[in-house]
Amino acid sequence: MNLSLQAAPHFRTTDTTRNVMLDVLIALVPAVIVSTWIFGIRALGIMLFCMFFAEFLEFFIVRVLKRQKDFVPDFSASVTGLLLGMNLSLAVNWWQILLGIGVAIIIAKHAFGGLGQNFFNPALVGRVFMIISFPTAMTTWYVPFYYKNPDILTAASPLSLFSEQGLEQAIQNYSYWDMFLGRIPGSIGEVSALALIIGFVYLLVKGRIKIMIPVFYIATIMIFSSIFYFINPSTFGTPLFHLLSGGLILGALFMATDMVTSPMTFKGQAVFGIGAGTLTMIIRFFGNYPEGVSFSILIMNALVPLIDDWLKPRIYGTHKGGAKNA
Amino acid sequence: MQVFTFKGGVHPPQKKDSTSNKHIQSLPLPDYVYLFTSNHAGTPAKPVVKEGDKVKTGQIVAQAVGNISANIHSSVTGEVVGIESMVNASTGRKDNAIVIKRTSEDEWEYVEHAEDFQKFSKKEIIEIIKKAGIVGLGGAMFPTHVKLNIPDDKIVEYLIINGAECEPYITIDDMLMREKTKEIITGIKILQHTLNPKKTVIGIEDNKLEALETLRGVIKSEDTVELAQLKTKYPQGAEKQLINAITKREVPSGGLPIDIGTLVINVSTVYAIYDAVINGKPLVERGITLTGSGVKNPGNYWFRIGTKVSYLLNFVGLVKEDEIEKVLYGGPMMGIPLSSIDLPTFKGNNAITVLTKEEIISRKEYPCIRCASCVKVCPMGLQPYYLKKLADSRKNDVAEENGILDCIECGCCSYICPSNIELSKTFSTTKKVIKVIKQRRG
Repeated sequence: MNLSLQAAPHFRTTDTTRNVMLDVLIALVPAVIVSTWIFGIRALGIMLFCMFFAEFLEFFIVRVLKRQKDFVPDFSASVTGLLLGMNLSLAVNWWQILLGIGVAIIIAKHAFGGLGQNFFNPALVGRVFMIISFPTAMTTWYVPFYYKNPDILTAASPLSLFSEQGLEQAIQNYSYWDMFLGRIPGSIGEVSALALIIGFVYLLVKGRIKIMIPVFYIATIMIFSSIFYFINPSTFGTPLFHLLSGGLILGALFMATDMVTSPMTFKGQAVFGIGAGTLTMIIRFFGNYPEGVSFSILIMNALVPLIDDWLKPRIYGTHKGGAKNA
Repeated sequence: MQVFTFKGGVHPPQKKDSTSNKHIQSLPLPDYVYLFTSNHAGTPAKPVVKEGDKVKTGQIVAQAVGNISANIHSSVTGEVVGIESMVNASTGRKDNAIVIKRTSEDEWEYVEHAEDFQKFSKKEIIEIIKKAGIVGLGGAMFPTHVKLNIPDDKIVEYLIINGAECEPYITIDDMLMREKTKEIITGIKILQHTLNPKKTVIGIEDNKLEALETLRGVIKSEDTVELAQLKTKYPQGAEKQLINAITKREVPSGGLPIDIGTLVINVSTVYAIYDAVINGKPLVERGITLTGSGVKNPGNYWFRIGTKVSYLLNFVGLVKEDEIEKVLYGGPMMGIPLSSIDLPTFKGNNAITVLTKEEIISRKEYPCIRCASCVKVCPMGLQPYYLKKLADSRKNDVAEENGILDCIECGCCSYICPSNIELSKTFSTTKKVIKVIKQRRG
């Protein structure tokens, strides 16, 4: 009898990293479908192109440059690619996308040591790089269903209208209902709150999400914007507007919850959510950029090691702070 | 009814159906037994027989040495044929084993006993338990007489009887509670007489409701025994988790249950105490579940300690040899894998689990994606992902500060990890290293 001596436990879950990544991709499918419906086949093309190029780069780095022992197609690059694609404007062109993906996969991910080692969400690093390098293309928003009515091609997004002309102008053009369903100009994948929430519920049911992050992120945005709305409604906008405009839903549900770059404990996740929410509001209210989601998450990413160290769980049989009784 | 539980833990498949209704049968006496001198936690016992000696069943063959050690008795009637050095998978080293050839049916040598245990003093009962070589039969094999010897400044508020049996596949404690209900209640009364606890609670997971009901039926109104229904969750039967579930108290890090007025005794140990005090039988046999997907006719059995695993498995039959992947002392969550079935059993064996290739999914190890599952399931409130990082980079001091010695090696973190990282195994190795370094430093 040839017996295996591999150590206990001998039962393991059937879950794998690949399943986790696949679930994230599945959760993004409703948003991909809605985005394709709103922005046409070009939007789908961009998202798929991002995924394929991200996987290709990962394959190239790992297999050809032999950065790791072997190449395990775990779909994590596809997730990065798809999320970056969803964060782009339709106005970007192919070489800009190549550069963005390159920064995300090569610099933000593999320069740090590959999957699990990076401090910053690679898709967000890619996006911020593109915002800074190609500001015009990245903030040129196509109108919904432009492919049916080519007379008007681009328009300001609700958030940029708000930033430039105030709330009234913003909600005159787009109703909250439009914003909820996604019939607004904006980044490819961020427009439909409904589709993103459906995907989020799927991850929730599957237990794949760091739940405290979106809860506290969105709660902070609501509280913050309520206070400022109370002070001056016309300058600061309604809480619902802040919830539904820009990339908040996409960011809070899918970017801030990136497992690799967020805290491990419930308390840490709450702090992360509150911090990201606060920073987002400060940037939206006082910053030059209309949108604060990407920057706020990246700043909080940098704090994760500190948060994890600060908010360790209490070990059984010890007093708070981990001090031993003996 | 209130259902008790603890924080953390996992839900592995239970797999108890194949044996949960099999009555405990006695196996025929083996022709040879192999008794490790280290059949308990602590110092190995010192052999007191030599080659050629005739021994009776229950006769002492090795004497306890030092503070933490237990007597070892012959489990058959026969002749000592030698002392062999054999692999002891429970300790991972080679140990001496006294080999006894059976020559006849049982001729017993009993320890002092009485139907009316009340006539014994607390001290006398602990002495009987010591003489009978009883150790914790839940698997830890800590000598029971040492555990029962409570320091004068401590009192037992809670006597907790562990009937949780949270490992998949294993059903022997369940069956014992159902078939030897009265004996177990008597055993508990012996313990109450000895320890004088304020409260006695039997904890049983709620996948064993029949055992719970059977016990409820036997417990009389004047008995001061309570039943606690526990949530079916692994590791509900781990001492610290069981105490926490029932009393809401926590054993201090590095301390003992008695520090918070609690004492936990496994159901099988209670039965062994009954058998020694009432019937005078030293610990030479116990119940075991022979089970797993690799076993043809799984069941619950009484077996003589020191019987070879191959002898036991012969009675339940194995599936085709090339389909078998692992044979375990114990269950799938904490069981020790055997290098060969030609090894002897010992006092702590509550199960032999034979697993086939089909059941063991061998998967690649992926990098940690910080999914936080291990932090969520750790019943000790540790951060396994972080401890693993520290252990791999040999930062043993930092790992100790972060509680690596508090790890109970339950394996929940390894079980849940989607990246298939060997967390639990790393901790068990690192703990050993830290302890050795501490010993050397003095």
